[in-house]
Amino acid sequence: MTTATNQSKTDSGLGTEQLLRMYKQMVSIRLFEEQVNDLYTRALMPGLAHLYIGEEAVAVGICEALNRDDYITSTHRGHGHCLAKGAAADRMFAELLGKEAGYCRGKGGSMHIADPKSGNLGANAIVGGSVGIAAGAAFSAKHFGTKQVAVCFFGEGALGQGLLYEVMNLARLWDLPVIYVCENNMYNEYTHFSETTAGDILARPAAFGIPAESVDGQDVRAVYATAKRLVDQTRSGKGPAFLLCNTYRYRGHHVGDVNREYYRAKLEEQRWMAERDPIKLLADWVTGQKLADKAQLDEIQKQVKSEIDTAVDFATKAAYPGMDQLEEDIYA
Amino acid sequence: MPEVAVRELTLGEAVREALAEEMRRDSRVCLIGEDVAEAGTPFKVLSGLVEEFGKSRVIDTPISEAGFTGVAVGAAMTGLRPVVDIMFGDFVTLTMDQMVNQAAKVHYMSGGAWKVPMVMRATLGASRRSAAQHSQSLHAWFSHIPGLKVALPSTPYDAKGLMKTAIRDENPVIFFEDKMMFKFKGPVPIEEYTIPFGVADIKREGDDITVVATSSMVQVALGAATMLEEIGIGAEVVDPRTTWPLDEKTLIESAKKTSRVIVVDEGYERYGVTAEIASVIATGAFYDLDAPVKRIGAMHVPVPFSPHLEDATIPSEQQVFEAARAMCKRS
Repeated sequence: MTTATNQSKTDSGLGTEQLLRMYKQMVSIRLFEEQVNDLYTRALMPGLAHLYIGEEAVAVGICEALNRDDYITSTHRGHGHCLAKGAAADRMFAELLGKEAGYCRGKGGSMHIADPKSGNLGANAIVGGSVGIAAGAAFSAKHFGTKQVAVCFFGEGALGQGLLYEVMNLARLWDLPVIYVCENNMYNEYTHFSETTAGDILARPAAFGIPAESVDGQDVRAVYATAKRLVDQTRSGKGPAFLLCNTYRYRGHHVGDVNREYYRAKLEEQRWMAERDPIKLLADWVTGQKLADKAQLDEIQKQVKSEIDTAVDFATKAAYPGMDQLEEDIYA
Repeated sequence: MPEVAVRELTLGEAVREALAEEMRRDSRVCLIGEDVAEAGTPFKVLSGLVEEFGKSRVIDTPISEAGFTGVAVGAAMTGLRPVVDIMFGDFVTLTMDQMVNQAAKVHYMSGGAWKVPMVMRATLGASRRSAAQHSQSLHAWFSHIPGLKVALPSTPYDAKGLMKTAIRDENPVIFFEDKMMFKFKGPVPIEEYTIPFGVADIKREGDDITVVATSSMVQVALGAATMLEEIGIGAEVVDPRTTWPLDEKTLIESAKKTSRVIVVDEGYERYGVTAEIASVIATGAFYDLDAPVKRIGAMHVPVPFSPHLEDATIPSEQQVFEAARAMCKRS
C-alpha cells in the first residue's frame, strides 16, 4: 500500500488560472499570519497564535482539491486551513481579536475557528482531538450518500495520540470517506519529531490497510496533484487515505516562541526559507514556464496586501461581544 | 384524569421501546457501540433493534470508546443523531476528551455555528459484584461541565420519556441507567409521551422530611419512607430526574414545606451530586430549615469485590431511615 510519489515530475494538470489562484491563496495566508504576528507583538491581540508560515502549500494544495461542501477539521495551527477552505480574512481577524463579528462571535479565538458555510468543522486545540470528528463527518456523508469527503488536518505531534489509531481502524473497517493529512513540520512544539516518533510514519496507516503516501509539502503543485488523486479515490467509495506532507514551520511553536536555538539551529531555518519556500517555488515555476510574469505576481501581492489591510481595519473597528452574550450558546 | 392505557414494562424494555420509537420516527437516529447489534448488549437492552433497523443504523464497533464517541460527535455535527452505548459507566473515562473538550464545547466555542445532538447511554450502580472498574456512578463528572445535560431515570416510565427527550435534544446528553434496575418493572403508557428535562418528580408526598434521591437511590428512599411511615414520619421523596438542567424550584419548595432534607445519590459523596443539591437547598430554603441538609452518597472507597464489603459502600434503606429518624428527633 505504501508508495512514494515523485513530486517534482508530477503532472498536476493545473491551468494558469488555478496556479495563480493557489499563488494568491498562499500569499494571503503568509500576509495574514505576518499581520497576526504584528498584532501580537504590538500587544493588540489577546492570547497567543500558532503561525502557519512556511506550510502554506499544504493547506492550499489540499483545499484546492476539495469542493466547498467537503468537510475539514483543523488544528491549533489552523489559520491556513480555514483561509484555504474559504473563510474570509476579515471575520477571522475579528475572531482573533475577540470581536463579535468573528466566526465564533469572539468565543473561540485563534484555535477554534469554525465555519459551516465552507465545511470547516472547526479548529481544535486538543492535539489529535478532531480525528474522530472528521471520521464522524465522513460517516454522515457515507450514511446520507452525499459524496462529500472529510479531510482531517493534523500535525505530526498527533501521531502520539492513541485516538488516531482507534479512528483509523474504524475508518478502514467502515470505508469512511476521510483523508488524514499529516503535516510534518518537524517539531512537536519544541521537540524534533525524531525524538517522539518510532518507526516509519507511513507504516502506521498502512498497518490498517489505509493507502498512505508522502509528498513534498513545499511544492503546492505536487500537494494538489496527490490530494486530487486521493480525494477522487475516496469520493468514489474506496475509503480512507493518508497523506504525509513534509513541511517546515518557519516560526516558533507560537508567536511568543522567539528564541529557538535550544531546539533548532538558525541555519536550518534559513535554509528552508531560502531554498524551500512554497511561495517562491511556485513563483519560480510559473515565471519559468512563462505562465505569468513577475509584474503579475507583484500585482497579486499588492492586491492581497490591500485585502489584508482592509480586513484588519474591519476587525480593529468591530465591536466586542456584549456581556449579555457571555451565557448565550452554552446550549443549542 | 382520562383513562390511559398502561402496561408493565421493565426499565430495560422501556429504554428499548424509546429507542425503537425514535428510530422509527427519525431515520437520522442510529446506535453505535460495542455489541449493540446481534448481542443487544450484555444487558440485552437493545435486543431486536438490529433486526428491525439493520446494520447501517445499529452499528457494532471495536472496543474503542474514545474512537466511536469521537465519530459520533462528528456525525452529530453533520446531520445524524447518534446514540452511543457505553457498556459500563466506568468506561466513560475513556471518552472524556471527546465528551468534555469536544461535544460539550462545540456549540459555544463556535458561537452557535455547530451543534452536537447526540446521546451517550451509560450505566451506573454497584452491588453487581463486579468490583472497582465496573461499578462506579460517575454522573457528577458530566453534571459539572457546561454544555452537557445529564439524565438519571429511576423508573421505566421516566426512562422511556427521558430517553425520547434526550434523543430529540439538540445538545449532548449523557443518559445513565442503573444496571441493577434493567429488570425493574413499572407502568408505562402505551401512548406516546415525553418527559421534559429539568422537571423533578415527587415520587411520594410527605410533610415531615424531604428525601431527594436520584436513579438507583429512589427505590432506596421509597423503602426508607415506608419504614418511616410506620413510626409516624411522613417522608417526601423527590427525584430530580436530570442533574443538569436541575429543577431547583421543586427541590427548594419541598425543603421549605418539610424543613428537613436528606440527599441520597449513588455517586461518591465527596464533591458529588449530593453536595451540589444540598448547597442549592441550603441557599434557597435556609430560613425554613430546621436542620442542616444531610448528605448520603457512596463511600469514598474504590468499590470492593467481596459482597459484604461492597454492600457497605452504597446508601441503604436502613441508613436513610436512621438518618431521617435522627433528624426528626424520634427514637
